[in-house]
Amino acid sequence: MDSVIFDLSQTPLREVNQFLHHNANGKPIKILNPNGAHNIAIGLDSPISVEIAGHVGYYAAGMNQLANVTIDGNAGTGVAENMMSGRVHVKGFASVSAGASAQGGLLIIDGNASLRCGISLKGGDIVVGGSVGSFSAFMAQAGRIIICGDAADAIGDSLYEAVIYIRGTVKSLGADAQFEPMSETDYQTVGELLAKAEFCHDPKEFKRIASAKQLYHWNADANQEY
Amino acid sequence: MCGIVGLLVKKPELRKSLGEMIVPMLIGMSDRGPDSAGLAIFTEMLDPSHRKHSLYSGDKEFNWSELLYKFQSHFEGDTEIDSQGNHAILISDADPESAKQWIKQHYSQLYILSTGRSINLYKDTGTPQEVSDRYHFKSLKGSHLVGHTRMATESAVTAAHAHPFTAGEDFCLVHNGSLSNPYEIRRKLEPRGIKFETDNDTEAACRFLEWRMREGDNLEASIQKGFEALDGFYTFLMGTTDKLALVRDAFACKPAIVAETDDYVAIASEFRSLAHLPDVNHAHLYEPAPEELYVWTV
Repeated sequence: MDSVIFDLSQTPLREVNQFLHHNANGKPIKILNPNGAHNIAIGLDSPISVEIAGHVGYYAAGMNQLANVTIDGNAGTGVAENMMSGRVHVKGFASVSAGASAQGGLLIIDGNASLRCGISLKGGDIVVGGSVGSFSAFMAQAGRIIICGDAADAIGDSLYEAVIYIRGTVKSLGADAQFEPMSETDYQTVGELLAKAEFCHDPKEFKRIASAKQLYHWNADANQEY
Repeated sequence: MCGIVGLLVKKPELRKSLGEMIVPMLIGMSDRGPDSAGLAIFTEMLDPSHRKHSLYSGDKEFNWSELLYKFQSHFEGDTEIDSQGNHAILISDADPESAKQWIKQHYSQLYILSTGRSINLYKDTGTPQEVSDRYHFKSLKGSHLVGHTRMATESAVTAAHAHPFTAGEDFCLVHNGSLSNPYEIRRKLEPRGIKFETDNDTEAACRFLEWRMREGDNLEASIQKGFEALDGFYTFLMGTTDKLALVRDAFACKPAIVAETDDYVAIASEFRSLAHLPDVNHAHLYEPAPEELYVWTV
């Protein structure tokens, strides 16, 4: 099927987003000259394919449902934040808070992700080809984060039920995060997500980080040194 | 929210286009800072006996030639003035401190924006487009510059509260973010005789770093001390005679992105401001890491 092409240097973003919401009818869309604009392809709610040829600004593909959005460049703050379902693929690097609060769907970042990647994740999956910045997966409640590179400080601080799989090194674990042994199910999960993201690492190279669950209940006897 | 832009050209033949390159970058940050804008540009150095003072008058009808006449009668020596509207650059071989004192004494309505051998500074209220047009930013020439678009969050919208801030000579700083301990810094500096001109938090950071450099630290060492002393959110971009320096706080609360080619280093809060630069598609693009110091030399 031929793509519908929009050039953001010619067409206002609001018009493009309205087309994506109401008139795409399953047709693939290509967006040219994004030039770092904010809010590109936000709030999509149908199974369409959108390719963005260049770097995007804040909140690209935010609140995505069902759509398959590919960003052929870097993403600014909060890419795929609050995603519900579908797939968002960043071919470059992602700035802070990538995939924040995502409830479902898959976010793939080929390059590095900056600080707070997957903060407050609520069920989505994130696969990062490179490394993640500090405070990633902070208070993540559900979902999986695969990190093929390294993590900076305080990974998984105050985690709930989300699980992190990391291939590289961890500068420091966040409060209540701990390394745990990998089970067969973990290897299978990592293998499946790597395959979806088309990264060809061996799942055996990954380690599991999850919550020690010591912060789940108030402990009056603790010395409060979290 | 505020916007930061910076540009350093690596080839002398590009110095004449510096203004042309920066204007779209500054205007690109209008959404982040619509209430004031400013720019510090570093030009050819004056000889060691001369200084230039960038002067701002709230009154657009200010009589600059009268100021020049009186200044010359007082100091004798070699003085010239280059004025446009409410802004002028006074170049003189008078002792810089005496010259500043004289201006403050005789023209208390004037605001001395900067002093140095290579810095020219412009800042005013208005949108980045308006401020760029007002001072003909497009025609500015120099080796590097630091710019800012302001959305005031903690002190008044006036030209004095706009960025860049300066302290000492040939040093300026722009800030995106907010500091939580500017008064603590102030209480530390004021007993040492350091005078503040506004109640703005950025001024505290600017004066702190300049004080460290005056105490013998180089730019890098003073910024290291700044990491310990300054509390809050910040991306700082600083300019000196031959350097641009960039730092972000430990939490990278405020954005920054760098594009580097063989011709230039361009810094902005967001890629939107870099998108129209020549050859940006082949530039090395990266986000500076938190608490790491990035310095580029002319």
